[in-house]
Amino acid sequence: MIEYVWLIPLLPAVGFLFNGLIGRWYNLDKRVVSWVACSVLGLSFFFSILVFFSLLKLPPDARAAVPDKVLFDWIVSGGLKTVIGYKIDPLSIVMAMVVSGVSFFIHIYSVGYMHDDPGFTRYFAYLNLFVFMMLTLVLANNFLLMFVGWEGVGLCSYLLIGFWFERDAPANAGKKAFVVNRVGDFGFLLGMFLIFAHLGTLEFNEVFAKAHLLDPVTVTMITLLLFVGATGKSAQIPLYVWLPDAMEGPTPVSSLIHAATMVTSGVYMIARCHVIYSMAPVSMAVVAIFGAATAIYAASMGILQFDIKRVLAYSTISQLGYMFLAVGVGAFSAGIFHLMTHAFFKGLLFLGAGSVMHALSGELDMRKMGGLWKKTPITFWTFLMATLAIAGIPGFSGFFSKDEILWQAFSSPHGHLFLWLVGAVAAGMTAFYMFRLTFVTFLGQCRASEEVKKHIHESPPIMTVPLIILAVLSVIGGYVGIPHVLGGRNYFHEFLAPVLGGLPEGAGHASLSLIKSAYAAGAVEEIGSVNWEIILMVVSVVIALIGISIALYLYILKPDVPKRLAQRFRTLYTIVFNKYYVDEIYEACFVSSAKKIGTFFWREFDDGVVDRSVNLVAGLMLWWGRVLRKIQTGYVQGYALGILLGAVVVIIFLIK
Amino acid sequence: MGSLFHWIVFILTALTAIFAAVMVITRRNPIHSALFLVLNFLCIAVLYLLLNSQFIAIIQVMIYAGAIMMLVIFVIMLLSVEEERRTYKVRLSPAKVIGLVVALILFAELVYGIALRVLPGVKGEFTPEKIAQMGDIKAVASLLFTRFLFPFEVASILLLVGIIGAVILSKKER
Amino acid sequence: MLPNVPPVCYLIVSALIFAIGAVGVLIRRDAIVIFMCIEMMLSAVNLSLITASHYLDSLDGVLMVFFVMTVAAAEAAVGLAIFVLLYRGRGTIKVDEINLLKW
Repeated sequence: MIEYVWLIPLLPAVGFLFNGLIGRWYNLDKRVVSWVACSVLGLSFFFSILVFFSLLKLPPDARAAVPDKVLFDWIVSGGLKTVIGYKIDPLSIVMAMVVSGVSFFIHIYSVGYMHDDPGFTRYFAYLNLFVFMMLTLVLANNFLLMFVGWEGVGLCSYLLIGFWFERDAPANAGKKAFVVNRVGDFGFLLGMFLIFAHLGTLEFNEVFAKAHLLDPVTVTMITLLLFVGATGKSAQIPLYVWLPDAMEGPTPVSSLIHAATMVTSGVYMIARCHVIYSMAPVSMAVVAIFGAATAIYAASMGILQFDIKRVLAYSTISQLGYMFLAVGVGAFSAGIFHLMTHAFFKGLLFLGAGSVMHALSGELDMRKMGGLWKKTPITFWTFLMATLAIAGIPGFSGFFSKDEILWQAFSSPHGHLFLWLVGAVAAGMTAFYMFRLTFVTFLGQCRASEEVKKHIHESPPIMTVPLIILAVLSVIGGYVGIPHVLGGRNYFHEFLAPVLGGLPEGAGHASLSLIKSAYAAGAVEEIGSVNWEIILMVVSVVIALIGISIALYLYILKPDVPKRLAQRFRTLYTIVFNKYYVDEIYEACFVSSAKKIGTFFWREFDDGVVDRSVNLVAGLMLWWGRVLRKIQTGYVQGYALGILLGAVVVIIFLIK
Repeated sequence: MGSLFHWIVFILTALTAIFAAVMVITRRNPIHSALFLVLNFLCIAVLYLLLNSQFIAIIQVMIYAGAIMMLVIFVIMLLSVEEERRTYKVRLSPAKVIGLVVALILFAELVYGIALRVLPGVKGEFTPEKIAQMGDIKAVASLLFTRFLFPFEVASILLLVGIIGAVILSKKER
Repeated sequence: MLPNVPPVCYLIVSALIFAIGAVGVLIRRDAIVIFMCIEMMLSAVNLSLITASHYLDSLDGVLMVFFVMTVAAAEAAVGLAIFVLLYRGRGTIKVDEINLLKW
């Protein structure tokens, strides 16, 4: 079955070609389009599962050593040899399953959500293209092919953010996303160039096998440059600014691209390159610090937003910060674990938000919502599941993954107490703003206008079924990785261990040796550090509960308090509410000066030098043409004279 | 071995040929030009005979002086081309002067080239004795149907194309 | 005894007729006369080929002349047909009144 791995990305590509060419050209029926779009995704998901199971049959050590499935040579030029090839190992197949699975459900949801949109076919073509590119990204066996996917998802992101390009806001948001991503991609490219310059190859296996030849400075440079790429794609400080604006796109797009899959590709990339990252402690620290900073910074912005999708956007940035914190402290598999659970619950949250918008005729401002839980019960309950999951309430998937990240931030040799503290506070804030969102949206009095109120209704089954499935996954998704202290067995880490190695070994905490011995013994002993883990777990749960209680207090019990608080801390409130004025600062520092440079080059260089020289050449040609045209009299004897002159000249050379 | 005879015949025919050529380009009446061209061709045929190429000499008379010139005269008659205007001879346009000068330069170059190296090629196998022994036409035929068979066939196709082309061109459109 | 007629003489005669033909091509206005001048130039070239052939004891030149004559015959057929056509269409075959090549 592993041989057929190429079908996983190919099927969405077929769907894209079908919908994009035939579907658009012949204006096929919406039913055909949606059936094709969803069934290719379903098949792709099916094949990922098949490959996953055939991988599972292999012994653990062999799983990471499955040979790459090379389809054909792509670029062979001098020292550069690149293939179109797919890497099959636990990491890539987990990603492929998450991507194709979540995409599948979101495709189904989209059929309902986009039903009345005139761009229905275009939408599904883009969406299929996106999945194709994303699967290329996660399955690629070399940096260059990964970069193709990397750019491809960026393109689809641009196309889908600006899906309603007739309006200014989505068009500008798409442009912003594209430009900001370019900055990151520049770093990624430079990182690739450095790798190629020093190792002469871009194939993952070869690069990682030869990585020990690199000197520490180069490794640090490479990893930092790759991280710049990750900050762009995964919306980390300082390049996160595009993600909140990206919410202008259709809600399922936000769910799929800007929450569940594309934005996590930076995390995947770092996990994939864990070999070289492990060699560069400085880069690891940078990644961890930026991750932690993003986590708390974005969470603080999420607290005050009123736009339901923007809250979720900042929440996504914050959760991505968590994942970077995880990979930054060396807990690569914990980062991937959180990536997976996050894909479930954040995808669900966005779909829930879409369902709410559907019910409220497209309303986004949560101040005009409230009391929806009776009218849209399925949306409410699934949304609540996801909220509980993201808040880290025990028993839900988010708890396991987030808690593991916090524990690793604390105990790993790369970790630090401070990182843990930041993460824990951010977790509390996350619980607070997510419950604020839930309470304000679904509970209390309905504040929508009478006109809107009349139309409030639950979404059709085609939208609610994916919600329910994702809700189930949000709840149970965490049980594949239960921490040992709770007496479970961390299947997820065991599965990824052949690729990513075990969890980092804490010098002082000895967590790994402990876990290893626990694996061996099949039981968990009560040792000092285990107690620490439990203590931290309890602390983070308590923090989350505090956050929930504050939300409950402020938005259910005393709804007038928030306003008074805002009055009290007016300056702080204004700054945070305006997102720390970062957009304005960027505008002043970079955008306007870039525009000025662009205008300068346009006016002075392009108009003055390039156009003028082109016109000069053209004018010269015109002049020559005017002169030489006189020769062409059309009289045959003139031409005969020409021939004779030619003959005279030729004979001069012949008789010399 | 009859060299004097050769010399006399050569000088006479060569002078006649040149005279005829000059008359061809100076006569105002195309019919006169055509007749002097026939004379020119006949003189050249005599020169061929002096060069021991009887076959080509006969062909020259038959095809050039006979067939082609017949055709030309026929067309001249058909089109009833009037004489070029008298003024023409007096008025030489600059282009024609240039043409004359260039043709003179060409001639000078040719003479210079001929005087510089005379036939620097290697001798072949068909000596006059051998040709006399096997006969000129037979010698030509033996080469034509062996070594030059392919060009021969191509030439036949060319003639066919020429015939068809002539028919199609001169056919009246309906 | 006089020496044999040297090839130079034939070649100079040939060159002279060729040059006269060229002059005719350049100064005459009547397309048929120009055509005849071209035929004259061809036969001048033939003369030099036969000369070379004779003095080099070879028959290649003779065969070349054979083919040149073939081409000349074909050329005569098509060329004269074109003249007829031209005359029919434009009422003249004076080359300085025909400058169709300009367009």
